[in-house]
Amino acid sequence: METNQRIMTRTDLNEIARELRLDILDTTTRAGSGHLSSSFSAVEILTALYFNGILRYRSDDPWWPERDRFIMSKGHAAPLLYPVLARAGYFDREMIWKLREIDSPVQGHPIYRMMPGVEATTGSLGQGLSLGIGHVLGGRLNGLGFRVYVLIGDGECEAGQVWEAAMAAAHFKADNLTAILDYNKFQETGPISREMALEPLVDKWRAFGWHVEEVDGHDTQAITDRLTALQQVRGRPQILIAHTVKGKGVSFVEADFTFHGRALNPEQAARAREEILCN
Amino acid sequence: MQLGERAGLKPSKPMRDIFGEAILEVCKANSRVVVLDGDLGNSTKAETVRMAFPERFFNIGIAESNLVGIGAGLAGAGCIPWITSFSSFLLCNAYDQIRLAVAMSNLNAKILGSHGGITLGKDGPTQMGIEDLALMGGMPTMTILVPCDPVSMHALVRLATDHEGPVFLRSSRVAMPYIYPHNQKFTIGKANVVREGSDVTLVGCGIMVAMSLDAAAILAEDGIQARVIDLHTLRPLDVETLVSAARETGALVCAEEHLLQGGMGSNVARVVAERCPVPMGFVGLADTYCESADPNDLLVKYHLTAEDIVRAARGAVEKKKH
Repeated sequence: METNQRIMTRTDLNEIARELRLDILDTTTRAGSGHLSSSFSAVEILTALYFNGILRYRSDDPWWPERDRFIMSKGHAAPLLYPVLARAGYFDREMIWKLREIDSPVQGHPIYRMMPGVEATTGSLGQGLSLGIGHVLGGRLNGLGFRVYVLIGDGECEAGQVWEAAMAAAHFKADNLTAILDYNKFQETGPISREMALEPLVDKWRAFGWHVEEVDGHDTQAITDRLTALQQVRGRPQILIAHTVKGKGVSFVEADFTFHGRALNPEQAARAREEILCN
Repeated sequence: MQLGERAGLKPSKPMRDIFGEAILEVCKANSRVVVLDGDLGNSTKAETVRMAFPERFFNIGIAESNLVGIGAGLAGAGCIPWITSFSSFLLCNAYDQIRLAVAMSNLNAKILGSHGGITLGKDGPTQMGIEDLALMGGMPTMTILVPCDPVSMHALVRLATDHEGPVFLRSSRVAMPYIYPHNQKFTIGKANVVREGSDVTLVGCGIMVAMSLDAAAILAEDGIQARVIDLHTLRPLDVETLVSAARETGALVCAEEHLLQGGMGSNVARVVAERCPVPMGFVGLADTYCESADPNDLLVKYHLTAEDIVRAARGAVEKKKH
């Protein structure tokens, strides 16, 4: 059986990212809540993973034991995850309109296996990297050659569990584990640098024994190239620090961090749609 | 008097040693089982697996959040993880990780909370899991098991491993005497009546089952025939056995090595109050932390003895008459 891996042209990738942003906008506006800006910042990262040949998956056999794992540790970016999984073929696209609705599996934050392709229950931050290590150890034990990708947020790196996991991943030489840091520089209540300084992040991850690289988190091809190169690293887990913009794609959301967790009103949504279509 | 002596029970080894044997057995029987340790394998006795199956044993170190998370990930990769540590450290450090990654995910993962209750003794209140059953009660999908003797430990570790879904099993540092013959059958969610009686029912779990049998022996000297129930499964509760006991004996006493708040007794009371209200009595820890001391001294000082159960039973029987 084939996997869903495919390689796109740059124009196609831009078009996919644009459509994902529209889906995030429309579903959160319809729900009246949801983390729009945190979802926008990771659009190109997930586009590279799912639609440009990084992840090996079979959407018609979602729990195929050898699938590469993608764990959305920053669970509040669920409004991005569902349209990505729908586009990847895991479920009918109509499902995404049920985000946050009663009697729907499309939960505000992801719940393990409640939707095909959802690998972890996340939303209380800091937990995803540990799960990723467990998959690595289990895959090793069961002779499965999959890779594990974990998307973590920057504010999330304030949680001690992230560093417990960082230490353990290096200890277990988890070289099929790649963390991607959506470094959009803002947490819920303000700029990271003001609320809880994280820098020097590169030094911290290196000191924990990780191979560290940085990338423009909105250049899908560059992300793809870096992730492909990281697959060759041996003996160490890797982290790709993706420099992103919170709210990327809509100027007035980029300019105002208080949009965290807040959906747009119909007037704002119309303006946002215009911007996304014109970009 | 030794625990179980009045009831004529045969003494055994510390429960943690029995757990060490039981976990090794399930590892031998099922190659999917892996064991995770929070650097306490020599205390919980999970280390038996480290020696026999080093590739299936992971010491995650003193980091319980990460321990639970990695265990959950192993389940996602097709293993059956036993996540082991002291119940106090595991539940109090990693409650949120158990909640999301195990309970809310309805994951096929097993959690061993060792050193439950106060009978770990001299290490003192920081290590004692006196609230573990209440905390686990806050996880709606979690099956909760409390073995009371070597036979039930072996059986429940086996049943927990075979059960599809999240399970918490409480172990202890202390020795508990044999209650069961070696071929006793167990079913998750089905309590065992370990002594018949019609005047009052004593419901216990863990060490308080042997204690209840001792209490029943004392009560029998006064002509009071106590039924004794081993409530080895706290979730799902065996409503039928509890309601029958309430109906047939007319009085219930619950005894547990745990805070009275939110433990076994309060859950039994909820069922009895709803289905067949009868006089009840409760033996357990009042609103207090305990202290460092010999386990037997602690049981006396904090009112967890056969005599305490006898007192509560007499009180409940007395209330029946009014």
